[in-house]
Amino acid sequence: MDNIWFNIGLLLEYPIVNLKIIIDGVMIGALFALAAYGLALVWGVMNVKNLAQGDFVIAGGYVSWTLAQMGVYPLLGVPLAFVIMWGLGWVIYKTVITRVIERDLFTSLLATFGLAIMMAQIMNLIFGSDTQSVDMHWPTWRLGELGIIELPAAKVVGVVMAAILAIGVVLFMKKSRMGQAIRATAQDSRAARVLGIDTEKVYAFTFALNAAICGAAGAIIVMIWVIQPFYGITYSVRAFVIVTAAGLGNLPGVIAAGLGIGAAEQYGAHIFGIGYQQAIAVVLLLVVLFYRLMRQRRLRQVLQ
Amino acid sequence: MSAIIEVSHVSKSFGGVKANEDISLTVEKGSITGLIGPNGSGKTTLFNSIVGYHPIDSGSIRFEGREISKLLVPEIARLGLLRTFQQTRIYGKMNCVENMLISIPHRKMTLLEAFRRNTPEERERAEHLLHFVGLYEKRWLQAGSLSFGQQKLLEFAMALMNEPTVLLLDEPTAGINPTLINGLIDRLKHANREFGITLFIIEHNMRVIMNMADRIYCLAHGRLLAEGTPEEIQNDQRVIDAYLGAH
Amino acid sequence: MSMRKLALYGALLLLTVAAPFLFPAYQTQLATLWLMIIVALTWDMTGGQMGYNSLGNIFFYGTGMYVGAVITITLYFPLAEYTDASRSETFTFTPEMYFTGMVLGTLGAGLFCALSAYAIGPLFFGLRGPYFAIGTLGLAIAAGEIVSNIDILGGGQGISMPVYGGDFEVFKKIIYYVFAAMGVVLIVFLSWFYQTRFGKAINAIRDDEEKAEAMGIHTLRYKLVTWAISAFFVGMAGSISAFQLIHFEPLETAYQTINLGIFMVVCVLLGGKGTLWGPVIGAILFHVFKEVTWNYLLGWQWVALGALIVVIVVFFQDGLMGWLRHRKPEWFGIRVESREARASA
Repeated sequence: MDNIWFNIGLLLEYPIVNLKIIIDGVMIGALFALAAYGLALVWGVMNVKNLAQGDFVIAGGYVSWTLAQMGVYPLLGVPLAFVIMWGLGWVIYKTVITRVIERDLFTSLLATFGLAIMMAQIMNLIFGSDTQSVDMHWPTWRLGELGIIELPAAKVVGVVMAAILAIGVVLFMKKSRMGQAIRATAQDSRAARVLGIDTEKVYAFTFALNAAICGAAGAIIVMIWVIQPFYGITYSVRAFVIVTAAGLGNLPGVIAAGLGIGAAEQYGAHIFGIGYQQAIAVVLLLVVLFYRLMRQRRLRQVLQ
Repeated sequence: MSAIIEVSHVSKSFGGVKANEDISLTVEKGSITGLIGPNGSGKTTLFNSIVGYHPIDSGSIRFEGREISKLLVPEIARLGLLRTFQQTRIYGKMNCVENMLISIPHRKMTLLEAFRRNTPEERERAEHLLHFVGLYEKRWLQAGSLSFGQQKLLEFAMALMNEPTVLLLDEPTAGINPTLINGLIDRLKHANREFGITLFIIEHNMRVIMNMADRIYCLAHGRLLAEGTPEEIQNDQRVIDAYLGAH
Repeated sequence: MSMRKLALYGALLLLTVAAPFLFPAYQTQLATLWLMIIVALTWDMTGGQMGYNSLGNIFFYGTGMYVGAVITITLYFPLAEYTDASRSETFTFTPEMYFTGMVLGTLGAGLFCALSAYAIGPLFFGLRGPYFAIGTLGLAIAAGEIVSNIDILGGGQGISMPVYGGDFEVFKKIIYYVFAAMGVVLIVFLSWFYQTRFGKAINAIRDDEEKAEAMGIHTLRYKLVTWAISAFFVGMAGSISAFQLIHFEPLETAYQTINLGIFMVVCVLLGGKGTLWGPVIGAILFHVFKEVTWNYLLGWQWVALGALIVVIVVFFQDGLMGWLRHRKPEWFGIRVESREARASA
């Protein structure tokens, strides 16, 4: 308990610490937002709640890490992870997801949970359970008094790449024919089918795109943080927190919630200690769920 | 007679659409009260407001003198105010008797009493009511395999099994074979008279409602247009205009 | 009950009692089989019979472990000293202390879990469908992470239970019979419970909760009590597991989300949701399959488990009982209106 008060006191006494925490949180939150956007996409378009979301992220990270081990320049790992995870997403769609789309929601949830277990265990067998990262050997800028705010170039580049990816996806959804078809299917899949849209193709494309986005996010994460085969579930939980808080089809909301959750997690880790970081992500999920529950109760409705 | 449901100055809008605007009406205890109006006049919205499916924007709804406009669906149902659905809702995978046994009045039961099996009296009552609505021969059939009209009758029997004080019926004759409608009218009247259940009915079929109701309210464009006895309503020029769309 | 049925149940009971003597080499596996049956049956109470698919019932298992351990220890020793990682003194339990601790600890664990289910239920049962599943999964994960940060509960190292001083063979038999008794009591209880008005009401909640609410059924009350009963048994099973395993730690043993936490769902799906015997049969099938194949999979067993979940969910979701019900509806007393009768109605 004393620790906690001491840490809170630190925040009040040295406001600059807050700035450091927020900057850290926003940088990692941007990547959470990417994974969450993919989840919202799949959820909105085909009503599949993908519990393997975080494992796609981690898998993307390992793709990039493996390429870096083979001598590929790490930044190239991001587009390559995008492409390779696209392929994996497409395969998973064709083998599993297509069979659970029309079924009840628990089916897709459990099927993707099974997938999550499989992916985590396969990665564990291939890469071992040690944490891994790719060192970019780039400088770290220091700002503020005593250089308390660390700004590694890798993180800045990572956030910029996340932003580029997000903008690219948004433009694609707005401008391209496929993007329009995806949005039409999300609104009303039956009507879309009547209008001649091949919804099966749209679903496959959406799921593959989601896996690709997650993969690229993972490739960025491996440059600025660490990955481990079993870290996936926490990324899934974070994605669920963000989507539950922001709602579907609300990109600004997803980004805001992503950054907010990133910052909240950093604050939690600062106050309660780094050991609680995973727990904080989950507790945030519960908090968001119950907040929405209370709001629904006022509308005489339930959350479903 | 005294008022059992008092709706006063209730308004409800969805987005910009005013579904109900400043509606006031009362349902007398023990009566059969009708609610009519052209499609989209806000009848089902009013029903949903009464039974708690959505919040109302303003006004008050009282049941037996108690404000219920802030309560949730199960809380209102436990007061003895029950509704049937326009699209019938029955337990399709269970047979008719099981459907009836689920419908015993749980609100009158303590938790301990729930830990008992259904009594022979309850089974007898279930079969009696199935006989009353004409489904006795089909009592062991899976309810989901019955025709739409029969499912509707089953839902009605389930509502009676529940021994409500007031029953809100949303278009009880819609989708029912016309030759069976007279029988249904008799059963509704019987339920009202013999079981003492107050009925509040949305109905499109004029002949049915004029035949049954003690008092009728007519909605149009979300507002209360007219009220009165069946004769008064039948001769009300505004009602006739509303139905013919002469506005 | 017919004579044939009675004879069948009698034979099953006899087999249960005689099993550790018939297969002395497999006593531990048999005890674990009963554990699987218990968690599968309790999962089915909410998942199969009430339609609330929890992914976090393992929360009660882990909590049962900790509560059982804490009660047993604090009855005789200060907890902080017992769980101190750097302690040098040893704590000895006489058989009398050991069994008093086991009985009180296990009952306490069951009660604690039942009460906590009742307390947190109003929050979780407001969540429907996938939100409930994700919310409960979150609960289990968070509990594991939080407990592993609490030093007095042994932190990430977990707790070493007192050791039974007597013969190890006797110890294995004790554990087996406690689990078996718990399982038999649970089966008898459920076979009665599902026949009551209460049982019918939770079926109504599963099939159409909105309708059940509109009929004035106390949906929340029934949901809470069902979850609490389920948690009671899981909590007790958790406590006995703590005694069986002797040492446990928070993430891999107590709140083992992807291990036992998902096994129970797989067992139920395999046997058939929403039936009394489905979860039992599913647990037996799954456990035997797992024990037989596990060692031959050379480290790939967890991948195989994930694949098994996917295959069951995608291709065999109604389970054995569901398949039977589909093939032989008359065995389950299902009768439907014929097409001709419908057409004339």
